Amino acid sequence: MPLSLRSEAALADRLPHRAGVGLKLDHVSEILADKADMGFFEVHPENYMGAGGPPHHYLTAIRERYPLSLHGVGLSIGAAGPLDKAHLKRLRELLDRYQPQSFSEHLAWSTHDTGFLNDLLPLPYTQETLSLVAAHVSEVQERLGRAMLIENPSTYVAFSSSDMDEVDFLAELAARTGCGLLLDVNNVYVSATNHGYSPEAYLDRFPLHLVGEVHLAGHAVDADEAGAPLLIDTHDRAVTDAVWTLYERVIARAGPLPTLVEWDSELPDWPVLAAEAKRAETILNARREPCHGRRVAS
Amino acid sequence: MAAASLPELQARFAAALIDPDLPPPAGLASATGRARPDEKRFAVYRNNVVVSLSRALRDAYPALRSILGDAFFADMAGVYVRRHPPRRPMLIDYGAELPQFLENFEPARPHPYLPDVARLERARLEAYHAADAPFLAPADIAALAPESLAGLSLRPHPAARLLASRFPIVTVWMMNSGLAEPAPVDFSSAETALVTRPGLNVELRRLRPGGHAFLSALFAGKSLGAAAARAAAEPNFDLAANLADALGAGAFLPLEKIASTLRPS
Repeated sequence: MPLSLRSEAALADRLPHRAGVGLKLDHVSEILADKADMGFFEVHPENYMGAGGPPHHYLTAIRERYPLSLHGVGLSIGAAGPLDKAHLKRLRELLDRYQPQSFSEHLAWSTHDTGFLNDLLPLPYTQETLSLVAAHVSEVQERLGRAMLIENPSTYVAFSSSDMDEVDFLAELAARTGCGLLLDVNNVYVSATNHGYSPEAYLDRFPLHLVGEVHLAGHAVDADEAGAPLLIDTHDRAVTDAVWTLYERVIARAGPLPTLVEWDSELPDWPVLAAEAKRAETILNARREPCHGRRVAS
Repeated sequence: MAAASLPELQARFAAALIDPDLPPPAGLASATGRARPDEKRFAVYRNNVVVSLSRALRDAYPALRSILGDAFFADMAGVYVRRHPPRRPMLIDYGAELPQFLENFEPARPHPYLPDVARLERARLEAYHAADAPFLAPADIAALAPESLAGLSLRPHPAARLLASRFPIVTVWMMNSGLAEPAPVDFSSAETALVTRPGLNVELRRLRPGGHAFLSALFAGKSLGAAAARAAAEPNFDLAANLADALGAGAFLPLEKIASTLRPS
């Protein structure tokens, strides 16, 4: 008997509707020394699956001071094979230890019989895939005892067998499992550009009431053999203006949402990353209703 | 042709990611419907797999990369990641087979010390992630009655690792980690090492004569007296100096921790 979860429950113990950043140990001393004003931090739980040492020491210090999101990259929820029970157990232990406000994963697969491929690989959007992913999400939520968020991927190829739209797929997944959604605006821009559809139309259809967190990141610009644009989700530079504009469109429609800036390689100095979060926070604040002058229903 | 089932599709996709001689799997679609549009798009995934796993190796073996240079290291990593992809969906302990791999990696044969340098870096990584625990301080030993020392058994701290090499691995590692000035190295001089992490920082020490035999015996559960007797067979073994070094490095669990683990529950 699966847990009775609704997508709203996925958002219940949620992150503050502020900006945060991905935590890097290179920055942590400065963050703690400066008492940085940050809405929350996010980490990949896979980097904290050792027994002890500096990763746990610093994450404990961060958790004592800030809300936390665990954002998994190893669960391989879209893999045709069974979920990795040992990995779920490690996740459960981390969730128990750190009590994060949010746990999320990706609509992707990353493992096969041959081993862990360490990339978020694309899925055909079909009823077969939907049934599989929904069963996996339900199993994860049951084993972890909590609802999770699922993130829209950035993709470089699509599948001729796909017969569902990605937004419909995610909405149906949430309806079947009670999971919430993590909306990565950079991924929307990357995928839309790579596959030639409108990111605005995608976002305007996205079920924003199910979104528990928004991601922003930088991407690299390349071209395929035919010269068509090929954007690559690199997380190694600042968020682009086009993605900021799409983000403003999301926040204008949804109101303030927990928003994370991801920067995972070619790490900048802390003030550069903090400034990216500040830019998101400014957009969130512009949309915040003043705490005085409560609106009167007409 | 019917579309492949998801297990079939993922099997072909995964195989083509690892083997660059295989074509991208059938069934990839392109927005523009061009012929063979997907080689470069599929190559993004191929590249992500190899580059991200190679980066994990590079982070785990920094001195090795410094010795080999970026190009050689990248070539070696490219071979390694295809032959030894991670078995678990996490990278903090990726690369355990690299020392053994280097033993048999033809281009590395002219440098037979490389596998032992890799073992040293592996020991440092294990120490970094090892369980946190207090350690036995020199004063704790000094407080004991001298006649009780010979029969005393000590237990290794969870982060403590011993290494022995027929090459000067500590010297080579330090020169390639910015901790010692580059200088001519006598590759015929053997070195042994102790890796510990008494607090947040991993520490590395070159052991004195007999130190490896002495600490190996202690870590295996021999009493202080028995371990000293074994090490005394080696020339120039200095019991007091070796014990002081190991205690200073935080190599052992505290006595009360040992007593509590030995106490019947």
